[in-house]
Amino acid sequence: MNVQLRVNGTPRTVQADDPDTPLLYVLRNDLDLTGTHFGCGLAQCGACTVHVDGRAVRSCSTPIRAMQGKSVITIEGLGSPENPDPLQAAFIAEQAAQCGYCTAGIVMTARALLNQNPNPTEAQVRDALTGNLCRCGSHARVLKAVMRAAGARS
Amino acid sequence: MKRRAFLKAGGALVVGVALGEWRLPARAQSIPNADRFLGKPLAPDQVDSFLAIHADDTVTMFTGKVDLGTGGRIALRQMVAEELEIPIERLTMIEGDTALTPDQARTAGSYGIARGGMQLRQAAATARQALLGLAAQQLNRPAADLEIVDGVVRVKGGGASVRYGELIGDRTLGLKLDPKAPLKDPQRFRFIGKSLPRPDVAAKITGRHRYVNDVKLPQMLHARVIHPPVVGATLRSVDESSIASVPDTRVVRIESLLAVVSEREWDAVRAARIVKSEWTGGTPLPDHATLYDTMKSSQVVRQQDVAKKGDLSALSAPGMRTLNGTYRWPVQTHGTMAPSCAVADVGADRATIWSSTQGPHQYQAIFARILGMPRDRVRVIYMDGAGTYGQAGAEDAACEAILLSRALKRPVRVQWMRGDEHAWDPKGPPQLLELRAAVDGQGAVTAWETRAWLPVATANLPGVPLMAPDAAKIEQPQGRSTGLIHQNVDPPYGFANVHAGVSWIADAPLRTSAIRAPGKIANTFAVESFTDEIAALAGADPLEFRLRHLKNPRGVEVLRTVATRMSWQPRPAGRTIDRAAAVMTGRGLAYVHYKHDETIVAMGMEVEVTRATGAIRVTRVVCAQDCGLVINPDNVKSQVEGNIIQTLSRALHEDVTFDRQKVTSVDWATYPILKFPETPALDVELIQRLGEPPLGAGEAASAPVPAALSNAVFDATGVRLREVPFRPDRVKAALGGS
Repeated sequence: MNVQLRVNGTPRTVQADDPDTPLLYVLRNDLDLTGTHFGCGLAQCGACTVHVDGRAVRSCSTPIRAMQGKSVITIEGLGSPENPDPLQAAFIAEQAAQCGYCTAGIVMTARALLNQNPNPTEAQVRDALTGNLCRCGSHARVLKAVMRAAGARS
Repeated sequence: MKRRAFLKAGGALVVGVALGEWRLPARAQSIPNADRFLGKPLAPDQVDSFLAIHADDTVTMFTGKVDLGTGGRIALRQMVAEELEIPIERLTMIEGDTALTPDQARTAGSYGIARGGMQLRQAAATARQALLGLAAQQLNRPAADLEIVDGVVRVKGGGASVRYGELIGDRTLGLKLDPKAPLKDPQRFRFIGKSLPRPDVAAKITGRHRYVNDVKLPQMLHARVIHPPVVGATLRSVDESSIASVPDTRVVRIESLLAVVSEREWDAVRAARIVKSEWTGGTPLPDHATLYDTMKSSQVVRQQDVAKKGDLSALSAPGMRTLNGTYRWPVQTHGTMAPSCAVADVGADRATIWSSTQGPHQYQAIFARILGMPRDRVRVIYMDGAGTYGQAGAEDAACEAILLSRALKRPVRVQWMRGDEHAWDPKGPPQLLELRAAVDGQGAVTAWETRAWLPVATANLPGVPLMAPDAAKIEQPQGRSTGLIHQNVDPPYGFANVHAGVSWIADAPLRTSAIRAPGKIANTFAVESFTDEIAALAGADPLEFRLRHLKNPRGVEVLRTVATRMSWQPRPAGRTIDRAAAVMTGRGLAYVHYKHDETIVAMGMEVEVTRATGAIRVTRVVCAQDCGLVINPDNVKSQVEGNIIQTLSRALHEDVTFDRQKVTSVDWATYPILKFPETPALDVELIQRLGEPPLGAGEAASAPVPAALSNAVFDATGVRLREVPFRPDRVKAALGGS
């Protein structure tokens, strides 16, 4: 099947033999957006988080057939090293990543939270990130980075 | 003069050697355009193996150590720029490519900076000396009259000057690395000791960083390996027609190595889900519920004394109070966020492997033997994976990719699924420790005994035995790999009578490998919890008791630093537990001198324990660390923070479960780890020692975490937790009996 969607603002048509193909594989392999990471394929870890119509979703468990007409934003769509989104800039300032594999998903979850609630409490940030796992133990820096970005916007 | 300088400098061009067969597509290189260095020197005793100084004054540094998210990418640059006297932004770093970088041994044991970095630093110091000599000839002035500023050698007080690029640009120095080349005076450090940002963070935060999972080659096939349904099973048959519904996908079988390969990744995933195979046999596993009994009754291969001084007669002497405690540490998995992935391109007479292995040179040799190729025909290129903290499945996936690529004559990408990683990565081994002590009437420790039951490692094993060669019936050295798990079984205090020994046992469930701070976390958990128990028995405050027995002034300093930051209130008699309180609070301490003679860490922890549920909440962790010279303080703090949080996760949550045939904790639901809401406040102080050599920072702070935690829980509740993980049901049961 063919699916028309917008990815990071650009209209794209993707072809999928299997309509159950997860969005993750389309982004990574067909569109070369490898910033979205495969972590579990079970919607348990959050490494593959992207925005679909503004909501944070797990791309590993989102079939491409459900993406017709949708707008997808990936980590690459937020900003670049030269021109990072303010939340990304806060992560860079806090050096809030070690291996960084989980980080893109964390940024996408936190970005969705800040879009809905520009001034969250730290407790709200912690709760919002419950579904994002990190093995390196960057948690404290991530919380600082999100609060820093939240403060900068208020 | 110039001509002679070139000859003295070796005169050979760095580039242009005829090794075009190796050249790779740009995006398959660890650094674009890195292949222009093919043919460069690699021997670790040569300066040119580590450094190439270019005509434009930029410098490329080559290291066999790899950055696992641990910050070597900036810290190693800081060490080289410092000694070479160049602006740090002129440095490009190539790491972990066996065709381009010297073998500096596996990145492990917290030695990336302490050993690998020091080699680079000495190489840079050797090069600086040589450049100064070349400049002296060229400028016709004694070297003592010259100074180096930003890669320019000039006459002090102004006058003639010459750039590094002019002196040596793109030619080899032809110099042996001088391990005694004088190092820069710490008072003049420009880069060392500064918290410079890491060069890879912005790319990681914006999704541009390329991981091994992102390597794509022309003609590359996607594979999913079908691991056996139970440990040790043999493949009897596979029904190729079972995947007929999936296009462009086929079954590959090499003995019991079974895979489905496809042009498209998702097709490989769904084929793997539906392929029908029959397996036979298996290796029975011990009963998880009685694992520690099994360990204690295992065959003891060898007894080893780690520490032995004085005698233990006080344990049975009249008038002594004695104490014993048994501490248990379960099997744990590395739990890397990225299931293992590798790409291999195996041709008739050479092979290239992209892997997140921490030991590219180590596995170059192993893969060469498996392939039956000369070592220099096998190129292993390190690419970042997610952090593994020891050996997870990366090398297994790489070997699977190698065998599949050889069979299919095309590049193959193997990507494990979550269940593959949790079930099949080699595990951190279980540990069992029994401790006894005697305390006299004055509260002095008159005897200490540690006995540890630990799975024995096989001597001289080249690496963890991999699954793919066994499955494919390719011979490989067999045995067990664990890391040095016997260190820190003895107390760091000056007790007169100490026996600490290991009963090395033959068996352990599952394949094992090193996991972060191998053995030292469980050993320190036992030793430092037991120290707390002794202090309580002796009626001493845990801080005061440690300070009384600690001889090392650097140890005293980190303990006092933590105590100050915690506003430690002495409680020689312990705390009166409020039995009615719904939430009990407490604080605990622990200390470690890592591997007995490396990094020194003190840690304090504050906890809340909910009586009704048994849930432990860690509210604050205070840590002081002395790891000698700190190259990049913010990055070392980041490592300390990671050690604390990761080890809290291991202590609070983690236990690999298995039935008698297979691992049953196969995802993040059955093997939960710490989540964001549990993040404690962290307060880390580093003791900077500018005049000392750097020690490791990647592991040490993990060691005191579980003991500080269990001691804090004791302070809060009066209950000792001696078995990890401290899950609520276990804590609740312990509280019920208090």
